[in-house]
Amino acid sequence: MMVLTRPLAALGAVVLSALATIGHVTLFALATFRHIVTPPYYVREYLHALVHVGYLSLPVVGLTAVFTGGALALQIFAGGSRYGAEEVVPQIVALGVVRELGPVMVGLMMAARVTSSIAAEIATMKVTEQIDALVTLSTDPMKYLTAPRVFAGLVTVPLLVAVGDTLGIFGGWFVSMNTLDFNPSTYLKNTVDFLETPDIVSSLVKGAAFGGIATLMGCYFGMNSGRGAQGVGRATKTSVVAAAVLILAANFLLTQAFFAT
Amino acid sequence: MISLDGVHKAFGSKEILRGVDLNVARGESCVIIGGSGTGKSVTLKCVLGLITPDSGTIKVDGEDITATGDRDAFLARFGMLFQGAALFDSLPVWQNVAFRLLRGSLKRPKAEAKEIAIEKLRRVGMGPDVADLFPAELSGGMQKRVGLARAIAADPEIIFFDEPTTGLDPIMAGVINELIREIVTEMGATALTITHDMTSVRAIADKVAMLHRGKIRWHGPVSEMDTAEDPYLHQFITGSSEGPIETLR
Repeated sequence: MMVLTRPLAALGAVVLSALATIGHVTLFALATFRHIVTPPYYVREYLHALVHVGYLSLPVVGLTAVFTGGALALQIFAGGSRYGAEEVVPQIVALGVVRELGPVMVGLMMAARVTSSIAAEIATMKVTEQIDALVTLSTDPMKYLTAPRVFAGLVTVPLLVAVGDTLGIFGGWFVSMNTLDFNPSTYLKNTVDFLETPDIVSSLVKGAAFGGIATLMGCYFGMNSGRGAQGVGRATKTSVVAAAVLILAANFLLTQAFFAT
Repeated sequence: MISLDGVHKAFGSKEILRGVDLNVARGESCVIIGGSGTGKSVTLKCVLGLITPDSGTIKVDGEDITATGDRDAFLARFGMLFQGAALFDSLPVWQNVAFRLLRGSLKRPKAEAKEIAIEKLRRVGMGPDVADLFPAELSGGMQKRVGLARAIAADPEIIFFDEPTTGLDPIMAGVINELIREIVTEMGATALTITHDMTSVRAIADKVAMLHRGKIRWHGPVSEMDTAEDPYLHQFITGSSEGPIETLR
């Protein structure tokens, strides 16, 4: 009998643990949003987070977007030429970058760069008792550490997505102009004419959602880190994996919400 | 001033505190001694509210800490020196010291806060030249002094010291012990220290409490510690491997 019930018990334990984690993350997110909308505000921490999450992510977002846009143009040209539809390159690059690749690439870059650094920093603060020190100094760690970072993710990542979308289209335009013999101004005109407001809105909404997820995961796993170097390492790894998976899942749900007819 | 009554705390199935009873009078320097894992740090964190006890009551000036309405005002009465100093890496030394003076209910103008921070640094034997350094640029002993300056920055009524000499060479440990004794005396503060460094105990304590297996085993004046008949206390202060306290070999 034990042979039969043991796998079920193990499965039940995993499900319960997953549900408990979902509950904890949800409560953590609600507490974070409450701290974002209620004073006091630590202005210096907010500015620091805006710079760290937003401004300093520009190079990696820009480079990723340019190369991805260029590669996308080459692929669409190669695919389109099989059906004599090479001229759709500008439209498909624009649609692909703005609706999907721009936000997803930026989101994943955030998970790699921002989630990991937030989780490692907060986890290190936890194991060296800096979080306890904050509490004894009458400072709520959620308000001082989490709220500024998640706010920065919500505000700056849509802007980064806008930059990524623009540079992704530029990458496609540059490759099309130099290697695929497209007319530069016609390419840009086709791009602008084809894009519609919902495409851009969906891109920015995805940016805000992915920025929120990336920063929230870094803060949650950092705050709940285990002890020692191993605890910090595990918190960092888990936060990045959780952020990446949640970003891709949220992307599917948001695409369905915006474009499924 | 601080009283613990039947405080219990377990983490999962592991019982750490099994009914701690302890009273610390105003202006008294009490040192809790005991082996590793006996619950010294947990006791301290329970008083500060960093850990919630499973049962029992903790009162400060007769007021139950769980019933304290204004948490900010409650914590403003405390200063704490952490074992590893717990300085904030991202802030320069003076902002670490003046952390409480730069935000919250005790907020002062920046220039005044810096002035106080430099004065507190001077009190712990550090010059103004370290004020703009970052914690990573300091040695362990210097970090501990900065931690001490931060603990006394807002002139607290109660100061906690968590293993104040751990990781320091004997001379620096002696300097920190002297500083703690001087500061506690001149401020008239109530001090609660946890340590297993017996030199520290003799330098800092008015009263000593020995924690063993989650309970206060012995509590009395430091002057009576050496003549006490408790075999557990005797084994601990003499550092003997023979006695009732189990040791792993």
